[in-house]
Amino acid sequence: MQKTITICPGCELKSISQGVAIASEFDTLLIKKGTYKEFNIRIDKPLTLLGENYPVIDGEDQGEIIRIVSDNVTIDGLFIINVGTSYTTDYAAIRVVKSENFLIQNVVLEKLFFGIYLEKSNNGKVYNNKIIGDAVDEYNSGNGIQLWYSHNVEVDRNIVQGVRDGIYLEFSDKVIINNNSSTNNLRFGLHFMFSNDDVYTNNTFENNGAGVAVMFSKRIKMIGNIFRKNWGTAAFGMLLKEINDAEISGNTFEENTIGINIEGSNRILYKNNDFIKNGWAVKVLGACYANTFTQNNFLYNSFDISYNSRLNDNVFNQNYWSDYTGYDLDKNGVGDVPYRPVKLFSYIVNKTPETIVLLRSLFMDIIDFSEKVSPVFTPDNLLDANPLMKQAL
Amino acid sequence: MLKILKYSFYDLIRSRWSYVYFLFYLILGFVLLFLNNDVSKAVITLMNIIIILVPLIGTIFGVMYFYNSKEFTELLLAQPIKRSSIFLGQYLGVAGSLTMSLVLGLGIPFVLYGLFKSNAIFDFTLLLVTGAFLTMIFTALSFNIALSNENKIKGFGYAVLLWLFLAVIYDGLFLMSLIIFKEYPLDSFSLVASMFNPIDLSRTLILLKLDISALLGYTGAVFKKFFGTNQGLILSIFMLILWTILPIWRLVYTSKKKDF
Repeated sequence: MQKTITICPGCELKSISQGVAIASEFDTLLIKKGTYKEFNIRIDKPLTLLGENYPVIDGEDQGEIIRIVSDNVTIDGLFIINVGTSYTTDYAAIRVVKSENFLIQNVVLEKLFFGIYLEKSNNGKVYNNKIIGDAVDEYNSGNGIQLWYSHNVEVDRNIVQGVRDGIYLEFSDKVIINNNSSTNNLRFGLHFMFSNDDVYTNNTFENNGAGVAVMFSKRIKMIGNIFRKNWGTAAFGMLLKEINDAEISGNTFEENTIGINIEGSNRILYKNNDFIKNGWAVKVLGACYANTFTQNNFLYNSFDISYNSRLNDNVFNQNYWSDYTGYDLDKNGVGDVPYRPVKLFSYIVNKTPETIVLLRSLFMDIIDFSEKVSPVFTPDNLLDANPLMKQAL
Repeated sequence: MLKILKYSFYDLIRSRWSYVYFLFYLILGFVLLFLNNDVSKAVITLMNIIIILVPLIGTIFGVMYFYNSKEFTELLLAQPIKRSSIFLGQYLGVAGSLTMSLVLGLGIPFVLYGLFKSNAIFDFTLLLVTGAFLTMIFTALSFNIALSNENKIKGFGYAVLLWLFLAVIYDGLFLMSLIIFKEYPLDSFSLVASMFNPIDLSRTLILLKLDISALLGYTGAVFKKFFGTNQGLILSIFMLILWTILPIWRLVYTSKKKDF
């Protein structure tokens, strides 16, 4: 029989560890409001830990707080603070180890090292949690939500801020990341490493060291996300490194130093994205082949596209460019003159970065114009033959 | 001085040049907004115009006015009026009427097209302020040229050359030096070099608003401090004020010594 065990500071049962010890499988532990100074709580049977009015679990910086080593565990409505910091062990507020069908929801984490750490755990859900870190340096801070060898996990409606990486995936396939907000993190809002077939949609990444880094991964779908205000010398909305066969559509990149930084990425479809007021909308660093850019809006970026080589194997077709100055005599909505998105000036800036102070000067405009008329330094096949006259929807 | 200022100002308005200038900006503003229907894009186009056209018009107009009213100036000089009042009055009359035409000519269409509801209002105000500064600076510079050259053709030549130098050639030399010396740390140099040209200075000021995300892409502590904080804005405005005061001071100084 399933039963409910109540834990509160004034009850017979004062600690969560004791509660877990006496509970039998599939019981519910109802944790009442209060402060519980505990750490290393080990949950080794299928239980539901249900917090009432956000009871506080204070780890007093001693180490890990909750470790789940059993399948079918639910954690709901806890407020966990003061996770210990260690340079040898990744202490986490909640760690799930080799378990299936877990559900972690409505949890609030503060003053943490690592937040929710999923280790070789599949088929779970991390839902509606709030992780608020106070990280200052990259070397002694942890990640908000970390997935390591964890497949088929759903990460939904979480708020992560002020940690190192907001959400970090390593060797984790088929993960779905939706509706999260990852802001003010030291390094990346979302970080993929060696993870394939993942999907992330409708997330917001704002004011991180860099928005999203997608590295060494295949078949990732990135849809409807917002990347904003990732400013700085090595900051970008999205970094793609060694990414193949991905789809990037319906995203908004706004006011980033670099909208998308692409390196060694092939066969990616960029569709219906909005690039607004970025320094560089798309910076292509080399070894990028067979990518397609179509139906995107490039609006008021300082540079639309930047290349560092004369080789081009990517297709630009039917995008809207706010810098386009051509005309449309046959009124079919497509400009009659091709648009060249790479300016000579972006080459000069790549070579001598200080020349950025000459941005938008008349002299630069004249040089860019002459390059536009007869391309010498920019790839001459790099053009949008069918630039749109109106913004793509 | 105020009387002479008033006289110059009304003289310009009566001569219709101010109207032409005003109408030009009015039409420009309307056409820009009509074609784009997008205030943010129009602000970018406008920036190019302000940076190129405003100095040119200020220079040409200043030289022209000075030479044209030379006889009147000589008549005034025979009166018991301080020299500084005569020249300052004339200068402020010209610069004031040009600035007014610019601000009203561009302001009216933008206000009518819902500038106050758009978030581009700060960019636009900055644009008008730099435009006003550029008018003052280049009118003052052209007055200086005209005062130092009795020969009209020479004066015009120098004035146009000055504009050409500051608008185009300076940036060319600047770019060349950056590329040639790219092995060296150049961030302080490039900032200082842009301070020495009022057109570059105004451009920097506008870039601070429009392209801040690109400017922050450069790795360098000096750049970061300049562009990332309010320091850049304050320093640029201070330099613009200096650029306005220095030619005016020279104008007063030379006019006092000059033998007419």
